[in-house]
Amino acid sequence: MPRPFTPKVVTANALLEGDVVYLTADDRWTRDLSEAELLTDEAHAELRLIDANARQHEVVGPYLADMAPGEAGPEPTHFREDFRRTGPSNYFHGKQAEA
Amino acid sequence: MYRYNDFDAAFLATRNAQFRQQVARRIDGSLTEDEFKPLRLMNGLYLQLHAYMLRVAIPYGTLGSTQMRQLAHVADKWDKGYGHFTTRQNIQYNWPKLPDIPDILDALAEVQLHAIQTSGNTIRNVTADHFAGAAADEVGDPRPVAELLRQWSTDHPEFQFLPRKFKFAVTGAEHDRAVIRAHDIGVQLVEKDGKRGYRVLVGGGLGRTPVIGKVIRDFLPEEDLLPYSEAIVSTYNVLGRRDNKYKARIKITVNENGLDTFRELTEARFAELKPLFTGVDQEMLDGIRAHFAPPAFRNAPTMEYDAAREADPVFRAWADTNLSDHKAPGYAIVSISLKKHGQTPGDATSEQMRVIADLAEQYGHDDIRISHEQNVILPHVHKSDLPALHAALKAADLATANIGLVSDIIACPGMDYCALATARSIPVAQQIATRFDELKLEHDIGPLKIKISGCINACGHHHVGHIGILGLDRAGVENYQITLGGDGSEEATIGQRVGPGFAYDEITGAIETILTTYLDLRESEDETFLEAYRRTGPGPFKAALYPEKEKANAA
Repeated sequence: MPRPFTPKVVTANALLEGDVVYLTADDRWTRDLSEAELLTDEAHAELRLIDANARQHEVVGPYLADMAPGEAGPEPTHFREDFRRTGPSNYFHGKQAEA
Repeated sequence: MYRYNDFDAAFLATRNAQFRQQVARRIDGSLTEDEFKPLRLMNGLYLQLHAYMLRVAIPYGTLGSTQMRQLAHVADKWDKGYGHFTTRQNIQYNWPKLPDIPDILDALAEVQLHAIQTSGNTIRNVTADHFAGAAADEVGDPRPVAELLRQWSTDHPEFQFLPRKFKFAVTGAEHDRAVIRAHDIGVQLVEKDGKRGYRVLVGGGLGRTPVIGKVIRDFLPEEDLLPYSEAIVSTYNVLGRRDNKYKARIKITVNENGLDTFRELTEARFAELKPLFTGVDQEMLDGIRAHFAPPAFRNAPTMEYDAAREADPVFRAWADTNLSDHKAPGYAIVSISLKKHGQTPGDATSEQMRVIADLAEQYGHDDIRISHEQNVILPHVHKSDLPALHAALKAADLATANIGLVSDIIACPGMDYCALATARSIPVAQQIATRFDELKLEHDIGPLKIKISGCINACGHHHVGHIGILGLDRAGVENYQITLGGDGSEEATIGQRVGPGFAYDEITGAIETILTTYLDLRESEDETFLEAYRRTGPGPFKAALYPEKEKANAA
């Protein structure tokens, strides 16, 4: 039995600002994880990553990150993605300060 | 300190103009990220977790007040008003934006600073003893040699695509404050039969395979330093592995081939290279030495200092921990702690940078150093100026009296910033420092070096911490391994792992357990943690950290 597919989002860093962005269902890059398209089908996820990789002039290093469905959209399943959507823990900088 | 000549200035201006065009081409879409990445790394620009990061070289950790003020200006204008000083004596800006980078580099060039070769598989910023030119115990000032190595290695055509990054450290003293045994090449100024020369070590390094450097030449004549260094790097460039990133550093090359074979190949290459060095390098070294002439030390009484020691216990505590012996009578080396309890190790606000610049100008012969331990040094301060200096530091929140103590922790940026990290390190350092400040045990515990890395690459030097902490990702949870007995000095030792790791909310308690165990078992107040550990071995510490396992063994 192949392992069940874990839901994912496409995420990257913005080319100019360098901050974390996520791909939405309507092909925008959002700063807000709750707006990201949660990809539950593996084949669709691969296609979305190919789409993202074609947008080199907007973002750097797109990849698929594991997420779980939550009440307010995708939720990180790993602490690294939790930090990426929040910001550093030693200062109130990054996303947490921009919300 | 070294001042650029016309060649240096023109080289940097050209390089910055090139990079400005490269950034423009990336932004307008003519360069892909794959094409741009090696170009940005050559110029010190990383992409981290939350933003770009610019790593600016501070060659051998030496700065003047003008440069420090410009670092503050960059922090205010293009970043978030602070900078992070690193274990390679560099400064990192955590929040710059790509379109601003060319302007930042031009601003840095105005004060003879750059970000070249702070990344990539090249010879990186040459580090040196942060007490250089001031320490009472040195044979000679290592900075002219470090500057010569910097000039030789910058844009060296043979060494732009090495198998892996390559790090030099230079010291002028037997007591090793520059961790030369954990560098790809370590250089120590020595004297033999009245002649100056160098002891050269090779193949040291930390990371996933920690190795203590080995002596490849016990005494290298002064004039042979560049050809011999070139021979070592050249031999490594040919022999070093490019098939596996984790086996590509020179420490692996030396271990896989054996030191004797590596030395033979180096000597053969040296024989070829030596005739090509016609002595121009030695003329240049003489020129460089003139830039590092010692300041005009003044001969003055130190009554103010003695009086302040008597009258002010806060001043005395600071003087006891933060001053070191200077070679000139009446002078002291001042360490300014960037480790206030609960703060991020190595961070300074732009305001603090300006205060440090002003104080260096007023009291310190305009000389500032960054230590690999992430503190700032004023190497030449007359003792009579220390009370005024201390008062000014206090006003800027820079007078923490903890150099060399439990809260003087090295911590890499860890997963709060770094894209490679597997766990956080900064908050662990903050928690440990805060805990021991609350316990009021810091001065009782005495000399102790805690070093924290947030991944196996060991930027936080955890292998050579008396107590080392390594943050890992264990099944999706942060986990911290402890090593004990490491030492980064001339008696360099790799710490030994004490047992299974601890969770994020357990690690501070584990460090407290280790240190209360130490306080219980030390033979006297003079026996340091490291000495006690060397005497007892890990046994008592393991028993205290893992009591259940101990019980199972006894049953």
